[in-house]
Amino acid sequence: MLSRVAHTIYWMNRYIERAENYARFMEVNFNLSLELHPNATEERWQPLVVTTGDWPLYDSLYDHVEKSKVINFLGFNRENPNSIYNCVRAARENARAIRPEITMEVWEQINHLYYMVQEEAENKIWELEDPRNFFLEVKKSCQLVYGIVEATISKSEGWHFGKIGQLIERADKTSRVLDVKYHMLLPKSGPVGSPFDLTQWSSLLKSVSAFDMYRKKNGKLTPHDISDFLIFDKAFPRSILSCLIGVEKSLYSISGRGEGFSNTAEKELGRLKSQLEYADINDVFDKGLHEYLDDLQKKLNTVSDKIFETFFTTDKVPNEKKTFSY
Amino acid sequence: MPRIDFDKYETIGFHDEMFDNSGNARAHYELFQARLQEIGWSKLNFLQHSTDRAQLSMGMTFNVYSDNQGVERILHLDIIPRIITGEDWDLLEKGLSQRITALNMFVNDIYNEQKILKDRVLPKELILSSPTYLKQCVGFTPPEQVWCHISGSDLIRGGDGQFYVLEDNLRCPSGVSYMLENREILKRTFPELFECLKVRPVHQYVHNLRDMLESLTPASPASIAILTPGTYNSAYFEHAYLAQQIGAELVEGRDLVVKDDFVYMITTKGLKKIDVIYRRVDDEFIDPSVFRKDSLLGTAGLFNAYRKGNVVLVNAPGAGVADDKAVYAYIPKIIKYYLDEEALIPNVKTYICAEHDDLSYVLENIDKLVVKQTDASGGYGMLVGPKSTKEEQKEFVVKIKTSPRNYIAQPMINLSRVPTLSEDCIEGRHVDLRPYILYGKEMTIVPGALTRVALKKGSIVVNSSQGGGSKDTWVLDN
Repeated sequence: MLSRVAHTIYWMNRYIERAENYARFMEVNFNLSLELHPNATEERWQPLVVTTGDWPLYDSLYDHVEKSKVINFLGFNRENPNSIYNCVRAARENARAIRPEITMEVWEQINHLYYMVQEEAENKIWELEDPRNFFLEVKKSCQLVYGIVEATISKSEGWHFGKIGQLIERADKTSRVLDVKYHMLLPKSGPVGSPFDLTQWSSLLKSVSAFDMYRKKNGKLTPHDISDFLIFDKAFPRSILSCLIGVEKSLYSISGRGEGFSNTAEKELGRLKSQLEYADINDVFDKGLHEYLDDLQKKLNTVSDKIFETFFTTDKVPNEKKTFSY
Repeated sequence: MPRIDFDKYETIGFHDEMFDNSGNARAHYELFQARLQEIGWSKLNFLQHSTDRAQLSMGMTFNVYSDNQGVERILHLDIIPRIITGEDWDLLEKGLSQRITALNMFVNDIYNEQKILKDRVLPKELILSSPTYLKQCVGFTPPEQVWCHISGSDLIRGGDGQFYVLEDNLRCPSGVSYMLENREILKRTFPELFECLKVRPVHQYVHNLRDMLESLTPASPASIAILTPGTYNSAYFEHAYLAQQIGAELVEGRDLVVKDDFVYMITTKGLKKIDVIYRRVDDEFIDPSVFRKDSLLGTAGLFNAYRKGNVVLVNAPGAGVADDKAVYAYIPKIIKYYLDEEALIPNVKTYICAEHDDLSYVLENIDKLVVKQTDASGGYGMLVGPKSTKEEQKEFVVKIKTSPRNYIAQPMINLSRVPTLSEDCIEGRHVDLRPYILYGKEMTIVPGALTRVALKKGSIVVNSSQGGGSKDTWVLDN
């Protein structure tokens, strides 16, 4: 497969995953905010922007925090490279660039998503009292893309590069949500008590679609078990470890090796995965959850750099070739 | 439900494809007309609307060069088809096959023995001064001696009902994806008509294209790539579409590298050799080490690899020498010279400004003629005399006098018309016809074409960049 094509598929999937996450974050936050103190606008919406990592940009563009501004910023702002609008537009541009690699069905769904977001941007839905329908539509549309990809695309190289992009993005978002929210909630030891706490912790789980599966496994909401679940659960598809296991599988499928690394991407990923496999949540709390997640994010970035070097750059080629910019 | 009536439909002054001069539907349109009556006006509008939406969701969009990036348009597809009888088509097919055979022999001769110039059939100067003549190709013979692998000639039907060739496109003609996708859409729009009309199929085009490309290389399986300038190119949809349809790799210049005179693409598993490149990048941009140095669309070393026979380029660089608009005037002579036959599809009378007598005629009659720049396309660099202002005419007089070699002129032909949906009625709009000819080990022409239609009332400029749309073209069985 062409390096450029692999790279483009990787990003196409990251962008779709990111758009879906942003839509879910906003939906959950909207619901949560309905239960917070009516005057606490900042408290309601600022953490969301911090979670996505876009706070410095927000801060430079707006003078205060307000629901409609945050929704505009994360949903539609063209100056925010991560806004749903920009993610969807970039995903569609990527899909267009690799059109022969995907099926008509996948293309039409991504195209449909793009036109839908464009239309809602023109409708200025962030000004609505209740724009939740938009978040739901984006979420469903993205999930439809995942489903159509599963049902129509051969599981060859391209599919695996897409999967890697999706899972790295997912692991990144899960770790961010946990990091930011956990510190906001300043956990006391033991089970979560007040109804207010319960709402907050439930919303953390819901923002990564983890509430139902967590309940099934653990029952009671405790900060300890929630962190354990989101980092280490091997069965839940959005836990960090579960994402890493998926990335490793795809890397091995691409290189054709069953065990032992054959390139630096596999090596770095394998290292990170084992670190998680042999750790437990008490170690994490000993080190400090924030420090642990911070370190994990750095390592995740290293993995993604190594994937870039191994598969997407053209440095191994004698002629001076342009690299790809995103 | 308002009926569709053609009481006010005008057919005077040109050939109408659907109606004769007394307003009766021609035999091959009778069934279609009957169907229109059943459908009624509002359903017809609904079908047209669904078509626009289908095109958007399929991503059949293009960027116009002058537009800001990101502005995408669809090539409007008017759902009333252009129907051609089997008899008419069979003649066209013979004529096109004759024409492309002769043009291909001409190109091969020009870059090798130049017999036709030595025999003074056409002026040497005219050919060698053409910007499409590439001296880098002299002495080269491509596989199967084929230069014009994919061509799309523009045909028009005059007021006399006769088809003429208006232009030959031997350099990456575009539009074939619209021929194929328009058919897919119209099959949804008028399924019942396809059942009873015996429309000849076109979908085999993509198989023929693949076979043709494979026939140019001994490599098996052949590694085939389509070279595109990228997603911002106005024909990108087509490049991606064709790559998908024929199972070729869609590459950009930056995906390629030349090593030891072989062409490779850069893959996740190292370099992979390419045997055939169907390139949708113009000659002058394919290789910055040989042609335009500022080109970012091609790959250095590509042309050398090609000359050594290590990769096949489709169409062959240099083939454009035969579709220079000034060479066009000589094509009947070219056909006679190589095949000893009369041209089966006539040319439009053409005045060559480089020739003295023609030049004075053109300057005196500029208000009656259509003047074209010989190296321009897409409807640019053109003056439609009868529809132009005095200022525009003066401007062209200056241009022609400064460089007569760059201009030709033709009488204004009243292109035939086909009924077309406009806002609140059906009116005749001018059309042309672009069939596609594939030429490898053998020549194939699918019974179909892109019918381009000038959507603006009275306009005869059908180019998509100038407000043109398209129609599906139905060739009926005899």
